Amino acid sequence: MMTWRRPSRRAARSEGPWAWLAAGSVATSLALLALLLGLLAVRGLGHFWPAEVSLVALDDGRQLAGWAVKESPLPGGDGRERLYRTGNRDLDGAIWDWVDLDEIREVSHPSDLVVLERRRWSEFIGRLEAVETESGERISGESAWPALERRLTALEQHRASIERLRHQVIRPLVLRLEAGEASELERERLSAAQEQVREQQAALPKDILILETVDGRQLRQPLTEVTDALQPNAMGVGEKVVAWSQGVWRFLSEGPRAANTAGGVWPAIFGTVLMVVLMSIFVTPFGVLAAVYLNEVAHQGRLTHWVRIGVRNLAGVPSIVYGVFGLGVFVYGIGGHLDDWFFSSSLPSPTFGTGGLLWASLTLALLTLPVVIVATEEGLARIPESQREGALALGATRFEMLTRIVLPMAMPAMLTGVILAVARAAGEVAPLMLVGVAKLAPQVPVDGEFPFLHLDRKFMHLGYHIFDAAFHGGDVQAAMPLIYATALLLVLVILVLNLTAIFLRHHLRSRHGTLSK
Amino acid sequence: MTVMQETRSSPGAFIDFSPDVTSLEIRGFGLRYGDKPALANLSLRVPRHRVTAFIGPSGCGKSTLLRALNRLHDLNEDVTWEGTIRLEGQDIHAPEVAVAELRRRVGMVFQAPNPFPMSIYDNVAFGLRLQGRMPKRRVDDIVEWALRSSALWDEVKDRLRASAWSLSGGQQQRLVIARTLAVGPEVLLLDEPASALDPISTLKVEELIRNLKSSLTLVLVTHNMQQAARVSDYTAFLQDGELVEYAPTDTLFTNPRLARTENYITGRMA
Ligand SMILES: Nc1ncnc2c1ncn2[C@@H]1O[C@H](COP(=O)(O)OP(=O)(O)OP(=O)(O)O)[C@@H](O)[C@H]1O
Ligand SMILES: [Mg+2]
Repeated sequence: MMTWRRPSRRAARSEGPWAWLAAGSVATSLALLALLLGLLAVRGLGHFWPAEVSLVALDDGRQLAGWAVKESPLPGGDGRERLYRTGNRDLDGAIWDWVDLDEIREVSHPSDLVVLERRRWSEFIGRLEAVETESGERISGESAWPALERRLTALEQHRASIERLRHQVIRPLVLRLEAGEASELERERLSAAQEQVREQQAALPKDILILETVDGRQLRQPLTEVTDALQPNAMGVGEKVVAWSQGVWRFLSEGPRAANTAGGVWPAIFGTVLMVVLMSIFVTPFGVLAAVYLNEVAHQGRLTHWVRIGVRNLAGVPSIVYGVFGLGVFVYGIGGHLDDWFFSSSLPSPTFGTGGLLWASLTLALLTLPVVIVATEEGLARIPESQREGALALGATRFEMLTRIVLPMAMPAMLTGVILAVARAAGEVAPLMLVGVAKLAPQVPVDGEFPFLHLDRKFMHLGYHIFDAAFHGGDVQAAMPLIYATALLLVLVILVLNLTAIFLRHHLRSRHGTLSK
Repeated sequence: MTVMQETRSSPGAFIDFSPDVTSLEIRGFGLRYGDKPALANLSLRVPRHRVTAFIGPSGCGKSTLLRALNRLHDLNEDVTWEGTIRLEGQDIHAPEVAVAELRRRVGMVFQAPNPFPMSIYDNVAFGLRLQGRMPKRRVDDIVEWALRSSALWDEVKDRLRASAWSLSGGQQQRLVIARTLAVGPEVLLLDEPASALDPISTLKVEELIRNLKSSLTLVLVTHNMQQAARVSDYTAFLQDGELVEYAPTDTLFTNPRLARTENYITGRMA
């Protein structure tokens, strides 16, 4: 029997140093990329893991509780010191504490330490003494923690029902009222609903948590300020995984808190994706038409040659320049006039005469236009003349030839252009700062209110969010994990957007085989 | 011989056909690419429902002439021409002639098969769909008829939805012929249709040409003397953009009047 043979791999390997060099540079690039993603993933995602809280007893009798963040040599002396994140900003004025390693007597992990996430003042780390209910009842000892968990769940349900009422009953009624369409009955229903909300808000559990830090200071913490409560040292791995996924989910689905240094990034994810999608919608037809004109219609002379060179060079213009252009032309120029003509009633507060979603996506569309044009043109140029002649010879007009043969065949190239454009646009921050990105815009630009898509609104962006948290937040160290997580998310969002386009392109290609047959 | 009856007069090395058997009439036709002449003062008549072969050395202008017959040169801004070409008595360059309509009447099959990147079915239906909406049944019928006429039906009937690019070169060439037949041309121009094919596929295409003769006027460009002799009724020999000799194929190959023709067909090129 014959055996199937294939060229030996060794033959391919023994091609000399240049092959090694090439392979080496590929490996280095891949390693750096993996390092980057690994760093972002570990630092960013690790943040949501309910890590064990250490109780540190010092030689001088002092105690502190928190997480070790990093170690470094003592300034001046020998020995090392360790940084702990101890939370309790309201009590200590800071959430960090440097400890000399030599002064540590003992580190333990008692299971009764609690971590409370709060709306203000960073987390609390310490012990739960008791829960004081509204009626003055005091639940302490063993049953304090279960009571806290129960009351917290009740509080969350309460809040959710208020939110539902606001969203499903009050909002639509208010809209009708504003439009002047509300009947007497609806007015009554509205005030009834508003009364209900007031009542429910008044009925929010007013429990007080009696807390004590590990060095013995007491704190009376209203339950309404608490968003989450954990006893990390008492949790099993399963519980931690659940808590971790809840944390990740909250990060993805909630708005930011504490001047963008805590909380979630949902508005920024939404803003980034929406802006990129709008940008693609603007840039694709323009880029494709321009490329078709340059390649198929225009006389191929000196002028088209220079136009081509110009377009290619536009791709190299720094993005901030496009931002300046967008600000001057779109925002102040076009936007200002739109306001004068159509929104004069709300002047001097601008509607379109200020940065917003529309101007930002248009600016980025302009920025990425050369990429789409160049990629599409290359695709068009690759289509053999015989295909065009084949269509013409069957009685197609030039327009039919373009729409039925040339453009479908150039579709993968166009999508390549869009992919490149998306990759570039999603990562741009500089021009956005001039034309519409906001530090805080918790209201996403799409909602149930006519016209549903609010192109004039400012929006949040992951890239700007990183920049803002890193440079404008009060405590960079505290925001660092969230910065890593946001960076990871930005990379993932770009990846998803690109994969969508690549999938689309592959789908188109595989339908009829490729051009390079 | 039928040839003699159709032939009105044959002075020198040329035959001529009476207008009522003429499909294409080329008169005083010249063509330049920029200022480089490719065809000069060319006059001949192509008889209806016959196969006419154009032979001649590479670069003599055969493809150029063929492309002039359905105005494919229109796209090329460098091309200038003189003289007239008439299809059934009508000047094809007249302003009232719609070029898309002309190209439907004068179909063209190129030297290299150029199926579109679509299914086999869609390739054949492409030209039909350009002519407006048509009932699906009718499109199906025409596609089947065209594929049968080009002797491809049996090979592809079970995979009409497969990509046309998955066919072999010979099949692709027959597909392209089917695609052209589907729009119902009166004249079919074939530019070296078998140059890239193996002997079996070549024979199939040649047989196809002979069968199509009953309903179509065919013009065939070929470098293969045997092929010209096998399938064509009349042969025109071109050299350096000029028509050298035009005669019934039998006559031209057995008894050429000019030494240039004889040298070329016997392989003794100057
Ligand atoms: N698009 C063009 N632009 C400029 N010159 C051309 C063009 N096409 C053909 N020519 C020239 O016109 C002359 C005739 O070319 P043509 O393609 O008609 O030759 P041909 O007889 O078909 O040759 P072959 O048998 O090799 O196909 C050649 O000299 C060629 O270089
Ligand atoms: Mg040729």
